[in-house]
Amino acid sequence: MPNYRIHKTEYIDETKRVSFKYDGKTYFGYEGDTLASALLANGIHLIGRSFKYHRPRGIVSCGAEEPNAICQIGSKKDLTEPNVRATELELYEGLEASSQNCWPNVKFDIGGINNFISPLIPAGFYYKTFMWPKSFWKKVYEPLIRLSAGLGKSPTEPDPDIYDHKHVHYDVLVIGGGISGIIAAKMAAKNNLKTLLVDDKKILGGSTIYQNNESIKIDDKLSSEWLKNETQEIKKLSNLTIKTRTSIAAYHGYNFLLAKENLTDHLPEEKKKNKIRQRLWKIRAKKVVIATGSIERPLVFNNNDRPGILLSNSINKYLDYYGVTCGENIILFTNNDSAYETSISLHKKGIKNLIVDLRKSASSELIKEAQNLGIKIYFNHVVTNTFGYRKINSLEIMRLSEDGNTTVGNKIRLNCDCLGMSGGWTPMVHMHTQSGGKLNFRDDDQVFLPKENSEDQISVGACNGDFDLENIIDKTVNKINKFLDINNQDYQDTKIICSKENDKRNIWLLPNKIPLGKTKCFIDFQNDSTAKDIKLALKEGFRSIEHVKRYTTTGMATDQGKLSNMHALGIVADTAGVKMGTLGTTTFRPPFTPLTFGTLVGRNVGKFFEVVRKTSMHEWHVENNAEFENVGQWKRPWYYPKNGENMHAAVQRESKAARDSAGILDASTLGKIDIQGTDASEFLNRVYTNAWSKLAIGKCRYGLMLNEDGMVYDDGVTTRISENHYLMTTTTGGAANVLSKLEDYLQTEWPELDVYLTSVTDHYSTASICGPNSKKILNKLFPNLDLSDENFPHMSFKEGKLENINCRIMRISFTGELSYEINIESKYGNSLWKMCIEAGKEFNLTPYGTETMHLLRAEKGFIIVGQDTDGTMTPSDLQMDWIVSKKKYDFIGKRSLYRSDTIREDRKQLVGLLTDDPKEILEEGAQIVSDIKSKPIDMLGHVTSSYFSPNLNKSIALAVVRSGKSMKGQKLIIPMENKNINVTVSDTIFLDKENKRLNA
Amino acid sequence: MFLINCPFCGERDQSEFSSGGEAHIVRPKQPTELSDDEWAEYLFMRKNIKGVQFERWNHVHGCRKWFNVVRDTSNDKILSVYKMGEKPPVNYK
Ligand SMILES: [Zn+2]
Repeated sequence: MPNYRIHKTEYIDETKRVSFKYDGKTYFGYEGDTLASALLANGIHLIGRSFKYHRPRGIVSCGAEEPNAICQIGSKKDLTEPNVRATELELYEGLEASSQNCWPNVKFDIGGINNFISPLIPAGFYYKTFMWPKSFWKKVYEPLIRLSAGLGKSPTEPDPDIYDHKHVHYDVLVIGGGISGIIAAKMAAKNNLKTLLVDDKKILGGSTIYQNNESIKIDDKLSSEWLKNETQEIKKLSNLTIKTRTSIAAYHGYNFLLAKENLTDHLPEEKKKNKIRQRLWKIRAKKVVIATGSIERPLVFNNNDRPGILLSNSINKYLDYYGVTCGENIILFTNNDSAYETSISLHKKGIKNLIVDLRKSASSELIKEAQNLGIKIYFNHVVTNTFGYRKINSLEIMRLSEDGNTTVGNKIRLNCDCLGMSGGWTPMVHMHTQSGGKLNFRDDDQVFLPKENSEDQISVGACNGDFDLENIIDKTVNKINKFLDINNQDYQDTKIICSKENDKRNIWLLPNKIPLGKTKCFIDFQNDSTAKDIKLALKEGFRSIEHVKRYTTTGMATDQGKLSNMHALGIVADTAGVKMGTLGTTTFRPPFTPLTFGTLVGRNVGKFFEVVRKTSMHEWHVENNAEFENVGQWKRPWYYPKNGENMHAAVQRESKAARDSAGILDASTLGKIDIQGTDASEFLNRVYTNAWSKLAIGKCRYGLMLNEDGMVYDDGVTTRISENHYLMTTTTGGAANVLSKLEDYLQTEWPELDVYLTSVTDHYSTASICGPNSKKILNKLFPNLDLSDENFPHMSFKEGKLENINCRIMRISFTGELSYEINIESKYGNSLWKMCIEAGKEFNLTPYGTETMHLLRAEKGFIIVGQDTDGTMTPSDLQMDWIVSKKKYDFIGKRSLYRSDTIREDRKQLVGLLTDDPKEILEEGAQIVSDIKSKPIDMLGHVTSSYFSPNLNKSIALAVVRSGKSMKGQKLIIPMENKNINVTVSDTIFLDKENKRLNA
Repeated sequence: MFLINCPFCGERDQSEFSSGGEAHIVRPKQPTELSDDEWAEYLFMRKNIKGVQFERWNHVHGCRKWFNVVRDTSNDKILSVYKMGEKPPVNYK
């Protein structure tokens, strides 16, 4: 096996050999490697296939910007992870990785055929081609695209890993642990500011730590040596927290930032177990220092995507940090000085290399050093083509014309096994823009820079466009002193020697004799978009960079265009003949690098996903086979199937039992609000549509609550417990909102009222017993209570004792039957329920759920707010004018009841519907029409509630119908998929219109 | 994510609060005296300003008190916070 690890470095522990699998084959690396560095050490460049053309692709970079080297990690159904960047993944024993987007394997790839038909796959190909016929989408196009466009596989089973969230507050947050970040953090922490320094890498130091050029020195030391010292020093600072392997994902307003800390991703399988995998930090910082550095740019030339073509500085890092050379005969293609550092470093390690430089000439310390070392430099030359299928093996260069628009002279062919490219540096302004900051464009080296720094946020170092060391240190120190309002003198006398870049030449799309249409000048490697695509988009009329981006998909892959956005912009600007600075950029949206779903949800999975509210009778319901329905967060018994009954059968049985003898419902979930105060009656007058002042103590009353717009909001029974004390009930789902609304009015509109509201929903459990035998059951439970109609009539309240425990008993009914609701302190709820069941045995007391409750109330035409109403129904629409007080001067929503819109005759109004075939049950939500022939068919309304009533032995329904109130007896049609159902408009009350059963 | 200075509890995360729209819209004392248009003005019309806006917030997962906030909607900066019933700070009008 070839070995490209050519020298020792302090970052690679050669005593700790690590074995790993890549595409099923076992390789070795060392502790300290990333998957990418270990692969390169094994001579592996080819790592995947491109998205559209399936061209062989290799590792391009050494960091978060990597577009090609994305892998599938692991193969377990619950733990496999797609789209992991090999350049960031730390190697560990037993790591299993495989290349993505290539079938049957990376070396022979059937999709590569796309490469040869690529003239047929221009920008917008997917939009243009996969349009018609429509029926092809599901069966042909989509599976085809999905098969060939595999960006990895998702796990198919729940993630067993543990994730965590943490909230922290700091005076200063420093993002990025490179040289400027370290200086900023030290200055802040030494001035008694509680500081957090985060860096996405394993160790601090950024690109400076492997810098070993003699012409770059601080205090007479190599800059890497100097920085190591600083790093040691800051670790001693007590009010500085350092978090490595931690990357900022999002920068929100008010200096609220999210960071992802990797805790176990670098550990072998057995050491990961039972540990938190990733932690989401929710950081609030008074001030934020952004020191996120810059990313090297590729160059755009024909066939710039072959394996073996990397960013120049990445070659340098692989060499000086990991001890790995990317080739043995390397060419560096550059438009700036930084490639010379790589060249010199390679030269010193004995790696043959030469430089192709776009610039006509250049002079700086670095260039002089390279020239002195005898490194061959082709100034004013451009790479026009590369060769080699699975890896680059040679390239062609040509001389550039004076204006740089074309090539001149003869082609020179040069052999190589690796090409490093450097198109300059792009400051990482993501954090600045995410925080709301604007950008300026610097023409000099074609970079976007933070326009302004606010009082809460500042950018320093390379992300602020300061590239040479002297600039970085001096400016950082000055800016931080000002920003934090401190006077730190630590760097007063720091002596800096560095090479100064004097010459620049930037060409976004490098010239070529070959027509653009026949070239492959890649801009976005991961999404396979080329310079040709951008030009085509412009030709087709796209102008906005946001549109060009979407049409060509440039910058829309998992790397979010970290390497490609600037080139796309540059080419658009050049083609359109506008200044790049005037184009603006595409929006930098969070996250900066992809986050796992696990990190985002943290511990809120499984039973912690959502709050579940259970009544104190819940256990009994479970034991008695109840099916449950979710009502808000509550679990409510839906029905209690017996002996294999389905829902329909169970509900029919329950409904019949409730009317024939007795039924019992767990009504604990109804919202309960305790209302006290000397103005309680007046308050109720104002919030309900009916009058409350005259309600006697010990009596109950049904109330309808409106919104200020006159629409029904909630309903429920309220009981007057004593002179200044009421107990209000609300719908189960509306409880929290009703309380909020009442509090709002009390605090803001009527602060003069002496009223106190307390939510007591959870304090009481409620068993509701109904049916002709309910009085007998009550009598068994409360033998000392006078239950006579004279003493305890409908809509009244009594206190009783169950053994020694106080109960509140309301004789109220939602079923139309004689009915009692027994309220008891929640902790006794289960006992109460069991005692009721026991007492009811001889009367076939049947527990029933929400479905039967809905059926029983529908038989009586009682509405359910939220089912028969939808926020557009007035009391009059519901045929409930009787509950709206004419005498009261005002109540919430009163004025709206006679707005021009609410008094319209043709509003949708609640009616009953009876099907011509009494066995036919309507579907809730079904549309209602009167004339099926005229087109378009006029929709009159829809069915809101529908049941088969066992007590009436026919189907009944409630519906809202335009002008429904005046349509009684009229025939209407419910058109369904296979038939039209004929119905007749009826009264909303189907059973016991005289309310005889209430006193049965 | 705002940091809101509840006048009763101090600085808390925005997730503890709910917003209640434009402030200082007083419910008419005699709604029945109003024309449809006048009532609609109270019921429906809201300013939705770009710039300094007076709005109501409720510390719903805290003390449950309503209070007023002066916020510049163009940059989300909260300029002032004051209790219900208090006069709005004049310097932002
Ligand atoms: Zn509060």
